[in-house]
Amino acid sequence: MKPGHGEVLIAEGDVELAEDEQRLVEEFRRQLDEGLWAAVPMLDAAGRRQAHMVKTFEDVPRDADRVIFFPRAAGGR
Amino acid sequence: MLLALVATALVAVALLSEELLPRIEEMWQRHRARRQLAPVMPYDPGRERRAEARARSLLRSCVNEEEWAMYRDLGFIRVWGNQSDGPVDADSTGGAAYAYLIYPHRAIVAYLAQTHRLLNEYCVAFPDETRPYGSARLPDSDDVLAKWMALTGDEKRLISTANMHLPGRQLDPAKVKRDLWRLSQWERARMRDAAQRSPTSTPLDTSN
Repeated sequence: MKPGHGEVLIAEGDVELAEDEQRLVEEFRRQLDEGLWAAVPMLDAAGRRQAHMVKTFEDVPRDADRVIFFPRAAGGR
Repeated sequence: MLLALVATALVAVALLSEELLPRIEEMWQRHRARRQLAPVMPYDPGRERRAEARARSLLRSCVNEEEWAMYRDLGFIRVWGNQSDGPVDADSTGGAAYAYLIYPHRAIVAYLAQTHRLLNEYCVAFPDETRPYGSARLPDSDDVLAKWMALTGDEKRLISTANMHLPGRQLDPAKVKRDLWRLSQWERARMRDAAQRSPTSTPLDTSN
């Protein structure tokens, strides 16, 4: 998510391919280094959708179809 | 005589040139700079609408069908709270079910599900820290999705990050109560529709 733009595709690839995975890992780290939060939308045990916050690439389930980066939350007014 | 005047003029020009030339050059540069067109980003009136359309599509693909319908019809999403003792910093709910109302670019409101008593407002923002001079805010639906992800993903962290206020600081409690009433009416209508759509279903057992 990008203020003023909405959803922007940052990178895509197949984690089963080493080259793609490396690129995804680098992009993942870059986004977190810029201060963004990362979340993976997924189903819980009851079949309801919820987000799973991830802090490292290893936290991302291998079968996740996307990771959403969004600005870090801060106290508002 | 004429020759003497010309010679004097030439000497005067030569003497003044040291002073005048830099000034003339500076004036010329200024004149050129003024005429040079600065690159400006043309205003795109459709950009925000397209961003919001993309954000709505993303939101729809992430949240539950019921939540999406709620947002589409009512303009907010309800997310159930998961803490056994209620939201952080709030008075203990004594284990009673509570939930949050998520509005775009407004505070998150916590309330008791059964009595609709408002607990607190949680003011939270998602500022873009990657740009040095601030930025435009997230599209409405992205703001809702960010809150939804942060709440369902790590409720405790989001609530402890937010600035907590008593109900009524940002949102009129009467409006929130009315939204809760609208939500209950909306849910009843959905249940009626669902019952009508499946003719084999039996009426809800209300004896318990």
